[in-house]
Amino acid sequence: MRHTISILCDDTPGVLTRISSLFSRRGFNIESLSVGHTETPGKSRFTIVVEGDEKILEQVRKQLQKLVHVIKAWGISQEESVEREHALLKIQMSEKQRGEILQIITAVQARIVDSSNRTWILEVTGDTSAIDNAFNLFRHYKIIESIRTGKISLERGSGKAAKK
Amino acid sequence: MTESRLTGATAMVKSLESQGVEVIFGLPGGAALPIYDELAKSKIKHILTRHEQGAAHMADGYARASGKVGVCLATSGPGATNLVTGLATAYMDSSAVVAITGQVPRSMIGNDAFQEVDITGITIPITKHNYLVKGAADLPHIIEQAFFLASTGRKGPVLIDIPRDVQLEDFSPDRVKRAPLEGYNPTIEGHPRQITKAAQLIKSAQTPLLITGGGVFHSDSSEDLQNLAEKADIPVVNTLTGKSTFPNSHDLYFGMLGYHGTVVANTAVSEADVIVAVGVRFGDRTTGPLPTFAKQAKLIHIDIDPAEISKNVPSYLPIVGDAKNILSQLGELLPEMKHRDWICHLKEISKAHPLPAKMVGVSTPNILCILQEIVKDAVLVTDVGKHQMFAAHYISVESPRSFITSGGLGTMGFGVPAAIGVKVARPDRTVIDIAGDGSFMMTCNQIATAVQYNIPICVLVMNDYCLGMIHQLQDVFYGKRYEACNFDKSVDYAKLAESMGAVGIRVTEQKQIKGAIEKGLSCGKPCVIDFVLEDNSNVYPMVTGSSLLEYRE
Ligand SMILES: Cc1ncc(C[n+]2csc(CCOP(=O)(O)OP(=O)(O)O)c2C)c(N)n1
Repeated sequence: MRHTISILCDDTPGVLTRISSLFSRRGFNIESLSVGHTETPGKSRFTIVVEGDEKILEQVRKQLQKLVHVIKAWGISQEESVEREHALLKIQMSEKQRGEILQIITAVQARIVDSSNRTWILEVTGDTSAIDNAFNLFRHYKIIESIRTGKISLERGSGKAAKK
Repeated sequence: MTESRLTGATAMVKSLESQGVEVIFGLPGGAALPIYDELAKSKIKHILTRHEQGAAHMADGYARASGKVGVCLATSGPGATNLVTGLATAYMDSSAVVAITGQVPRSMIGNDAFQEVDITGITIPITKHNYLVKGAADLPHIIEQAFFLASTGRKGPVLIDIPRDVQLEDFSPDRVKRAPLEGYNPTIEGHPRQITKAAQLIKSAQTPLLITGGGVFHSDSSEDLQNLAEKADIPVVNTLTGKSTFPNSHDLYFGMLGYHGTVVANTAVSEADVIVAVGVRFGDRTTGPLPTFAKQAKLIHIDIDPAEISKNVPSYLPIVGDAKNILSQLGELLPEMKHRDWICHLKEISKAHPLPAKMVGVSTPNILCILQEIVKDAVLVTDVGKHQMFAAHYISVESPRSFITSGGLGTMGFGVPAAIGVKVARPDRTVIDIAGDGSFMMTCNQIATAVQYNIPICVLVMNDYCLGMIHQLQDVFYGKRYEACNFDKSVDYAKLAESMGAVGIRVTEQKQIKGAIEKGLSCGKPCVIDFVLEDNSNVYPMVTGSSLLEYRE
C-alpha cells in the first residue's frame, strides 16, 4: 500500500540524511519527497510518499519521531487531506499539433510558462492522479523532458496537525 | 586573545568540567591536540588507551557501572573510525556515552584531507545523535546538550566532531549560541490510566510473570521492581543485560530467558497469562522465534522508548515512561497477592531441568562456581561467546549494575576495556572479566592501560584454543565441520599479561583453580589468569526449534 508521511523538523544540515536513511535501511523506496520551509523560521516540512508494509512503516515513523531534529512525524490519509503536486513538461510539437495541445492544456488546466519556436514548457498542478492524467495525455506528443515535485499534503480542517 | 575570550578547546574542557566529568578515555592525534593541550591544565583525568575501540568500551563500562555519562576522545580519521564498534555496542545496549572526535579544519572538510573521515555520517545509525561543530561559540551549548541527550530518556551514545580550527578559534563567552531541542521530549511519567489498567490486569492474573531487561538498571529501579515482585508474588526472569536487575538468589528468581535461557524461564514465558516486561526490547535472542513467543500472555510493556512498543512483540497494554516511577506506582496500586501454585510449578520445572554441566576439572562452569564461592558481590564483566552464557547461568549476582555484558551487539573484545571502565567508576568493588581466548585477543592490549594506571581488574580467560561458540554452532548445525574455528596453541596468556606488567597465572589442573583466583584477586594489580580448559562442552540449554520450548539441554 502507498502511504504519505508528513514530518515537521528543524531546518538543519544532515536532517535529510537522517530521515531518508531510516527508510532506505528498511528497504523502502521513497517514491516522492518534497521539502520546504514553513511559516515558522527554522522549521521545514517534508511530505514523503512510500509504498510498503504498514507495520514496518509505523516502526519507521516511530524511529523518525525519535530523531532529535524531528518535531513530529505522522501519517496522512488521502481522504482527510488536500494533496498537490506540481509538474513541468517541455513539449516539442509541429505546427499542426498546436491546436490539439492547446485543447489538452485547457482540459487539464495546464499553463504555458515558456514558449520558443517549437517547444513549450507547461506547468500542471493537481493531485497525483491529475498529474498522472496530464502526463498520459501529453505522452502522445514529444515530451523532451519533464519534472515533478512530488506530493505535498495538508490536512483539512482548522487544526494544526503537528500540534495534535 | 583578550582575557575574557575563550578558545573552543578551553570552552570544551570547561564545559566538560561543569558536567562533572572526572575521567576521559582516549588517544590523541593531530586533529585533537588542542583539546589535549587544554586537558593538561584541567583536573579531569585522562586515561591513555592503547586503541580507541577500547576507549569507547571503557566509557561504556564506566557509564553502565556508575549511571553517569562515560566520555571518550579520539582524533580524526582512523581514531574516529576505531570508535565505531564501541559506539555501536553502547547504542545497542542504551549506554550513556559521549564521544568527542577531532576533525580536520573546516576549510578542508570535504576535500579528502589527511585523516579526514565523515564520522558524523558514519555514526548516524549508531548514535542517539551527533554534531559537527561549526563554530567555537556553539561548543558550550552542544556539550551541555550532548550530555543531556546521552543521559535522559532512552540513554545512548552521542558524538561531537570538532574541527581543529574550531578548537583553536576564540570567541567571547557572551556570544554563546543556544539551539532549543524542540523535537526531544522523552515521556517520563507513565500514563496514570494505563498504570491503573495494568494493576487490574495483574490482579486478575493466575500465572503472572515479570521479564526484566537492561532498562531496569538504566532507570535504577531494581528496588521498585523487587518491591512489586514481592508484594504481588510474581516470578522474575531476565534478559541477558537485565541479569543484575533482581537478586539472583531470590526465591522469585528463575534465571535468563531466551535462546540460551533456562528451561524454567522459557516455560514460564510460554505458560504465563500476564507478562509485565520492563525495559526490554524483545531482541531475537530473548524471544526466539516470534510467532510462538508468549502466545498465552497478555503483555504489559513498560519502556521509556515508544518505538519499542509492539516493535517485535505486540503489546496488550503499553506504558511508556521511566520504569522507576511506573514500577513504584504499580507497586502501590497492587494488593498483597499470592501465586504459590504457579511458583511451586515453576520450582518443580526448575528442579527437573537443572543446568546440565558437570562441575569437574578445568571447565568454565566449574571455574565460575569456584569463583562464586570465593568472591561475593563483585562486578562481573563478560566478553562474548560460550563463556558469556555460562557466566549468565552459573554466576549469581545480587546487586544492581553488577553484571555488565555486550548484549545487543555481542561485541567480542568488550570485556577487558569495559572492565577497566567499570573499575575506574567503582574502585571500591572487585571487578572481574570473564573472557574467552578469542575475545581476549581482540582487546588484550588494554591490559597495558590497566597496568599504567594501576587499575586492578582480574581477567579470567577461558582458554579453549578456539572460538568456542562457533565450535558449538558448527558442532550442532554444521556437521562438525570446524572451519576457521581453532587457534594454534602458541599463545601463553599469562606470559602475555606479564610482558605488559600485569600478574599472569596459568592454570592447567583443577586443584590450581581456587588458589589462582585468590591470588588474582588479592594481588592488587591487574591480573590475567589463563585457564587452559580440559573440558570444552557446549553450553546448554540452547533453543534449536521453532519455539523456546524446543531445545537441547
Ligand atoms: C567482534 C566479533 N566478531 C565475531 C563475532 C562472532 N562470534 C560470536 S561468539 C564467537 C566466539 C567467541 O570465542 P571466545 O571469545 O574464545 O569465547 P568462547 O565462545 O570460546 O567462550 C565469535 C567469533 C562476535 N561476536 N564479535
